[in-house]
Amino acid sequence: MYPAKFKGKWLPLAFLSPTLLILVVFLYYPVIQTFVLSTYRVAFLGLRKHFIGLGNFIELAQDPAYYHTVLVTVIITTAIVVVGMGISLAIALLANQPIKGAPIYHILLIWPYALSPAVAGVIFLFLFSPHFGTVNYLMSSLTGKELNWLGDPTLAILLIIMASIWKNLGYNVVFYIAGLQNINTEILEAASIDGAGPWRKFWSVTFALISPMTFFLLITNITYSFFDIFGMVDIVTKGGPLDATNVMIYNLYRDGFEYYRSGMAAAQSIILFVAVVGLTLVQFRTSGRHVHYGG
Amino acid sequence: MSKKTRKELLTHLALIIVSFIVLAPVLFALAKSTQTRAQVYHYPPILGPGTALVDNYRAAWYNFSLGLYMRNTLIVAGVVMFFKTLLSMLAGLGLVYFDFPFKNAIFYFILFTLMMPTEIMIVALFKLVSNIGWGNSYLALTVPFLASATGVFLFRQHFASISPHLVDAARVDGAGPVRFLFSVLIPMSWNTVGALALIQFIYMWNQYLWPLIIIRENTHQLIQVGLRSMTSQQDVTNWGIMMAGAIIAMIPPLVIFILLRQQFTSGFALSQEK
Repeated sequence: MYPAKFKGKWLPLAFLSPTLLILVVFLYYPVIQTFVLSTYRVAFLGLRKHFIGLGNFIELAQDPAYYHTVLVTVIITTAIVVVGMGISLAIALLANQPIKGAPIYHILLIWPYALSPAVAGVIFLFLFSPHFGTVNYLMSSLTGKELNWLGDPTLAILLIIMASIWKNLGYNVVFYIAGLQNINTEILEAASIDGAGPWRKFWSVTFALISPMTFFLLITNITYSFFDIFGMVDIVTKGGPLDATNVMIYNLYRDGFEYYRSGMAAAQSIILFVAVVGLTLVQFRTSGRHVHYGG
Repeated sequence: MSKKTRKELLTHLALIIVSFIVLAPVLFALAKSTQTRAQVYHYPPILGPGTALVDNYRAAWYNFSLGLYMRNTLIVAGVVMFFKTLLSMLAGLGLVYFDFPFKNAIFYFILFTLMMPTEIMIVALFKLVSNIGWGNSYLALTVPFLASATGVFLFRQHFASISPHLVDAARVDGAGPVRFLFSVLIPMSWNTVGALALIQFIYMWNQYLWPLIIIRENTHQLIQVGLRSMTSQQDVTNWGIMMAGAIIAMIPPLVIFILLRQQFTSGFALSQEK
């Protein structure tokens, strides 16, 4: 398939060995250990542990609080995926117009890629502070109402969603602009000649042609919502109020490192792992042939 | 005014508004980072610059040790960026320019780790790294991150797209694979190198959960966790200083992003360049 020109059997393995060594020691081994650990109950600050088989999973399956955690994760993930990607696509369509200064607009629109969730969290925490936050000031002078963004469960979820979408906007826009630029303009012209209106042209040509990109972003946005927003949640709400923003990764962190229930935390890791593997397999099966990842 | 220019003007207007909305939270943070406590709490809010610019940034840098955390994070992100790129490049060289048994199996073995983000194995990784005795050290923050499925994948793709005649030419000249890598492949790979370096730098700069649990002493702590400890002193927080901290923490990745954005977009086949 590609040129294989140099001779030697051990030389390529020497080139590959640093990568393989690190992947085996620091990725495969801990993942296997996580499976092992998930079958133990660990108590007394990790001093005592005994084998309980699927006990941790059964406990999780019977725990309404864990269902709540999963539900919160699903709600936040869905909102980030649907709203965040929708806004990103709209922005990318706008930025892809052939106008002067387009590269400058591109920079102005994709720079949030360089932001960390924690920085985004700190800024939004301040903007939306209940007593002196500027957003509340603006809202109360417009509507006369002050909202308690950090004390109200629904508003706290909304706050996490908004901050997460803002932070991930740049990443989505980069890939959508790339997808749009790869569309052959002749196809769009042909559609115009066939009498398709702008709306029709968007849905049956543009949207269809960038669907592999949409699918790729769907997966990366889901993993972002599962893992990367940890820093945001930790800084803005600490999972509160009343566990309203206690997403799966945050709950796992607490069990593992605040309550020292490592077995329980490992079991939750396995659940997340299975979710990620499932999603990735779906991605490979349905779009592996179409998505062009790189050059 | 023709219909076309009007449409263009409207597009400009829309883009300016959207760019401003995206930028607004940072502009806000920037303004607040220059204000004294009284100016920050003033009602109605003051959205212009204040009078505490130097004081706030000094306090964030020295009193809250952001200067130290910046240095630590620059070291960690720089080391990981360099070695990750090098290791991925070597792996790509091995996979593309050699034939050996189980080549595909090894490639999939590497690719499969895309499904293993650090967060998934955090408890076991914590135990492993602590048992080796690396807790609290830069080794814990760098070594587990030196291999990259994304990097191997990108270099494999890129090398495979380079003309095979170059290898023939190199062999005729008597060049071995290592010289071939440095004198032919690397000069042709700057886009991929730049793209990967940018992604890895930002990835390491934004590390939060792992340093939070593995680093116990502030002398080795990273910048994101430094921001966290600033916010946890909530009731006494001077938000002007806090915003100065947020601005400081976003500057290095932004600079790298601006420097490497061209490589970032073309390294991913994102432009029409090829």
